[in-house]
Amino acid sequence: MRNILISILLALPLVGFANEMVIKEKAPVDLSNHESLQRGARTFVNYCLNCHSANYMRYNRMRDIGLTEKQIKDNLLFAGEKVGDTMTVAMNPKDAKRWFGAAPPDLSVEVRARGADWVYAYLRGFYKDETRPTGWNNAVFDKVAMPHILYELQGVQVLNHETHELELVKSGKLSPAEYNAMVGDLTNYLAFMSEPAKLNRIHIGIWVILFLGVMLVLVKKIKAEYWKDIK
Amino acid sequence: MSDNKNDTSSGLSFQQPSAIDLEKRKFLITATAATGAVGAAAMAVPFVGSMLPSERAKAAGAPVEVDISKIEPGSMMTAEWRGQPVWIIHRTDEMIAKLDHHADQLSDPSMDVPQQPDYCKNKGRAINANYAVMLGVCTHLGCSPNPNFAITADWDGGFVCPCHGSKFDLSGRVFKGSPAPTNLVVPPHQYLTETTLLIGVDGKTEA
Amino acid sequence: MADKKIAGVGGVMASLVDWVDARFPLTSNIKNHLTEYYAPKNFNFWYFFGSLALLVLVMQIVTGIFLTMHYKPDALQAFASVEYIMRDVFGGNIIRYMHSTGASMFFVVVYLHMFRGVIYGSYRNPRELIWLFGVGIFLVLMGEAFFGYLLPWGQMSYWGAQVIVNLFSTIPFIGPDLSEWLRGDYLISDATLNRFFAFHVIALPMVLLGLVAVHILALHEVGSNNPDGVEIKEKKDKKTGIPLDGIPFHPYYTVKDLVGVVVFLMVFAAIVFFAPEMGGYFLEANNFVPANPMVTPNHIAPVWYFTQYYSILRAVPPIGISQFPGVVAMGLSVVVFAFLPWLDRSPVKSIRYRGTLYKRWLAAFVVSFFVLGYLGTVPSNVWGTFSAETPLVGGMDYAKLVAQIFTVVYFLFFILMPWYTKKDKTKPVPERVTY
Repeated sequence: MRNILISILLALPLVGFANEMVIKEKAPVDLSNHESLQRGARTFVNYCLNCHSANYMRYNRMRDIGLTEKQIKDNLLFAGEKVGDTMTVAMNPKDAKRWFGAAPPDLSVEVRARGADWVYAYLRGFYKDETRPTGWNNAVFDKVAMPHILYELQGVQVLNHETHELELVKSGKLSPAEYNAMVGDLTNYLAFMSEPAKLNRIHIGIWVILFLGVMLVLVKKIKAEYWKDIK
Repeated sequence: MSDNKNDTSSGLSFQQPSAIDLEKRKFLITATAATGAVGAAAMAVPFVGSMLPSERAKAAGAPVEVDISKIEPGSMMTAEWRGQPVWIIHRTDEMIAKLDHHADQLSDPSMDVPQQPDYCKNKGRAINANYAVMLGVCTHLGCSPNPNFAITADWDGGFVCPCHGSKFDLSGRVFKGSPAPTNLVVPPHQYLTETTLLIGVDGKTEA
Repeated sequence: MADKKIAGVGGVMASLVDWVDARFPLTSNIKNHLTEYYAPKNFNFWYFFGSLALLVLVMQIVTGIFLTMHYKPDALQAFASVEYIMRDVFGGNIIRYMHSTGASMFFVVVYLHMFRGVIYGSYRNPRELIWLFGVGIFLVLMGEAFFGYLLPWGQMSYWGAQVIVNLFSTIPFIGPDLSEWLRGDYLISDATLNRFFAFHVIALPMVLLGLVAVHILALHEVGSNNPDGVEIKEKKDKKTGIPLDGIPFHPYYTVKDLVGVVVFLMVFAAIVFFAPEMGGYFLEANNFVPANPMVTPNHIAPVWYFTQYYSILRAVPPIGISQFPGVVAMGLSVVVFAFLPWLDRSPVKSIRYRGTLYKRWLAAFVVSFFVLGYLGTVPSNVWGTFSAETPLVGGMDYAKLVAQIFTVVYFLFFILMPWYTKKDKTKPVPERVTY
């Protein structure tokens, strides 16, 4: 019995890296950086929104990242949509399932489900894998159904099976630094979209806590005053 | 106050406060209650606000663009704005001329009740007299009147409400004797091009 | 002039109160429950949580009413309607976070309130019925949390409900039919969501309010216990009949509880505004994926306030292929609290005057509560597995063995209580409360 207990205790420090994945870098999320969010929004509309919807996100919510309704209309909307519309796609989910094997998920709250760091790693994690129907695989999402949409920009990576690192074997239109910056902005935008009111609630929260601090001083004074009576 | 006498002599754990204390307590309670009331009011903001039209309702109620080039002269089309019917009537010159005929039979021929934007307080109740734009909702109890454009000896064309028989002319002005108290509402609108109408905003006031 | 006016207003108020008193026991109720309800003067930190539980109950009801105005209990619309509340409804995100944080904080407060009852012997004679009503409140609260958790219709909602409802199917003979009846379908579906909504917003809240009312009425009948476990009603002032160690609940405890309320609200607001997910413990990441009956998430676990019982469920081995023993153990681990008044044989109530034997058992129970709580949030292979050659436990997960050990400790705390509370060396209890 003692041996068992000891082995349990020895096992304790192992907690933590049993489930660790290849995500090492933090995503550059900064919800107050409007320029980054605007660049990310443009990338999202140009590349992602062809297949992935964001059914809960209204275009005019992007007023929160410093755009006017006119700018949204001129830069991010295609024919027929209104600024109050949500970011839907025309693709029928059934067709999509037939083409890709899985319907592209709605991305409205993807960052809340997966975490920004995962999304950032995913967008940089595509590598060439001829065993896959699309020719692509992903370092953080094994056997992913989605092809590498941004490969012209990133170039082609392969997985080194000894080091388990990705290596760029063919350059794309962007340098690795430029590509990281671009998908960083995109991740930032996806994080914003998953909870557009996040920054706002934090600002409100500071005032609420300050107010409650004032209340605390007052009620403590009252309590002390009344409890003078207690012998 | 009445049991003031037994506080010091008894072995009770609490005693009545002095007059000075009472004064101080009154002040502290007032200050806390006032601060608390501010907090409660602030707390009420999200709850009261949550019952206002949501972003979805606002988006659904956003101004609508209407192509009016396809409306035949002498006929009308119905657009939807904020879930309500908006009539656009392509009036012929004859129809416009007839509008003067029955002014004496109207409740409010001079349009004193502000049921229309100022820029429509004119003879045809319109920016462009050939196109009348109005909300197809009876001012009596909210039914949608039916068009009756057939001109007869005692009818110059207009609308009749199926619910209680209110009558309106082709400018939406109500006839005397109708249960409806006022003329039909002309919503804010503007022409984006000669044949494109934007209903809901007029560039001056957002409705 | 001004004085007269005030006297006038006061006079109108007084006659209005008289008018009401002739028709409704207003003044007498205020006296019985507030201004002339005498509570022991030595309440400490642990006595904040009763009033805080009431505060959270009110907050949950108010926020719940406003969420119901926008939420759609429909499998096709539920997930979207929650995101609608989060984005399109003015203030909706704050109301929703208040409700989700309130659910967890309700359990924090209630667990601390129950722990107070345990350490100061508040369940002992003459307060057994208060305790039983309290256990009833706890059970209804668990039901309320369980039904409510399905409503956002995310993956965790869906599979959590799936697992819990399937627990009923382990009951011999009637089980499978029972769980089908509970679901109203062959799987968790729109029908299940719709009825869980009805339970969550109408049925259980009404039961909860009724139980809270009788819990408080019973308390005010016998009077509050205190950290010394001394009955203050035994020493009364001869002239007035007021307990010598009692002080009027109002104003003294209302002003004191107000301090507790503000501190609690600061913690609450900090969570709502700065960390509503609480690192995945209050709002789980997988619940931001819409429910999908075809795909089970890799790791499903209940919300933190249920994980103790979930650990016990997993720890108890099946008999043959029947998981029923685990289900029974889980049910018992909750219901067993109801027996405390009759298990405790100590001559003293409060932990202050108990001996080390009891304190050690209590410590063991608290440790097992936390360890089981933690283990319920992680997969059972989290610490690795015994090699197949190990005698007795070969092939078993380390964490499972730990959970089994602590499950035994958890139940021994109750089962052995009559023995160790009697054998315990207690200290003399003072005549009057210490302050």
